[in-house]
Amino acid sequence: MKNVEPAALSVEGLSHAYGARQALKDVTFSIQPASFTVLLGLNGAGKSTLFSLVTRLYGTQRGAIRIFGHDVSRSSGEALRLIGIVFQPRTLDLDLSVEQNLTYHAALHGIGTRTARRRANEVLARIGLSDRRRDKVRDLSGGQMRRIEIARALLHEPRLLLLDEPTVGLDIASRADMLDHVRALVAEQRVCVLWATHLIDEVSESDDVIVLHQGRVLAHGAVARVIADAKAADIRAAFTALTRSAAGEESSEAA
Amino acid sequence: MSSDVAARPIGFSVAQYAICLKGIVWREGLRFLHQRERFISALVRPLVWLFIFAAGFRQVLGVSIIPPYDTYVLYEVYITPGLMAMIQLFNGMLSSLSMVYDREMGNMRTLLVSPLPRWYLLASKLIAGTVVSLLQVYAFLLVAWFWDIEPPLIGYLTVLPALVLTGLMLGALGMLISSGIKQLENFASVMNFVIFPMFFASSALYPLWRVREGSPALYYVCALNPFTHAVELIRFALYGQVNWVSLAVVCGCTAAFMVGAILAYDPSRGFIARRGPGGDA
Repeated sequence: MKNVEPAALSVEGLSHAYGARQALKDVTFSIQPASFTVLLGLNGAGKSTLFSLVTRLYGTQRGAIRIFGHDVSRSSGEALRLIGIVFQPRTLDLDLSVEQNLTYHAALHGIGTRTARRRANEVLARIGLSDRRRDKVRDLSGGQMRRIEIARALLHEPRLLLLDEPTVGLDIASRADMLDHVRALVAEQRVCVLWATHLIDEVSESDDVIVLHQGRVLAHGAVARVIADAKAADIRAAFTALTRSAAGEESSEAA
Repeated sequence: MSSDVAARPIGFSVAQYAICLKGIVWREGLRFLHQRERFISALVRPLVWLFIFAAGFRQVLGVSIIPPYDTYVLYEVYITPGLMAMIQLFNGMLSSLSMVYDREMGNMRTLLVSPLPRWYLLASKLIAGTVVSLLQVYAFLLVAWFWDIEPPLIGYLTVLPALVLTGLMLGALGMLISSGIKQLENFASVMNFVIFPMFFASSALYPLWRVREGSPALYYVCALNPFTHAVELIRFALYGQVNWVSLAVVCGCTAAFMVGAILAYDPSRGFIARRGPGGDA
């Protein structure tokens, strides 16, 4: 785990509670630069809480989070400028144009209008939406909005891209499209991606996977190894076996 | 690639801070211009008070000569500064409402995950809200001018710093309140428990000596109300004078509300950290 170059994201002993409810329990994992990692978990597993902690929407209660070696609590500015994030709810200004949304985001990162326009043109060209530059976001389809959000997250050239259930509400074609697009980013631009989802069919053989269940990491590593360790036939069977044995442990603990 | 990461400059330059502020003000302005109904209602609200309420009350309430006025003034003239402050009060509360809306819709996250310090982001947001309130107040003054509310010309300039301060104070108050509001629906209670009491228990509609005649207890409430001091600061500034007590109170309250709002939005100790993820878990 300790390479010469720091991990893109390293989480150590992270616990978080909302009052009495424990959302994350002693979560530890790290992901390497230029990898595609799927954070797999059912609704309520703690994925959004984890993202909120990584992006410092909430302060860390216990444990540490580092982005390329920068501690999120201590040097949050340096950590945050290396992250691009696509949240689960849509976060675009519907009444503003595509370009206005992008330049606003750039300004929040201290990037001036001229550079912002140039980069906006680049990212829009890459997702094939250059001609919609001046359109209001309201007039775009759900899939197009998501692509704009990804483009926006890449505008300040982050090295780590976090996506929280980005395919929710999209049709099958747009889903596949989006997965291809993000995988291409990893291959071409060496961006490291953490992709949170509850949809098992979004996991591919070549990915890394982190299985998060009820706030705990049940498995972590290359998909093939996780399948082998769980002695399962595929990732779906492995996920079922892992969560079932976790439920068994939980009830024996309670007994 | 790690060398690429290491090669990035550490920290932010002054120019980057300025770009960020400009971006936030620009977005707030654009949003305001796109919501034409918001602008119209921001303008109509005080005008209703000026055209209807003040006309009706003109005969009921006589206003004696009190500073900063050096002559008897019409009731319309008396309540104009109060209505200017009211515009800012509503704007402050509405931008706090928009923060709650942004938080529910997720736009707030876009702001808060910016790598610049969070206090700076909130302060920029506050400045942006104040700029929007200035547009509204001057639009109101323009219409009022045709209604024979004609303060000295220099007053339009001298009132500007006062309006900036009161706008910041009321915006910071709104921001502080927004951190405590869980849902959009709770805005009705903000109307009932913040806007109306603040507005009516102040010198906006009647001079405080009048209130004292009616109820000494209410007089003290009014005298302690920061909104009274916002109104008086604007009233004096509109006639090129400074009300030092009000200036001190407004400055003090602005600082206190701002610190409160920044602490409330602090990730490690604020309300948002305690509240949990709400609907987005």
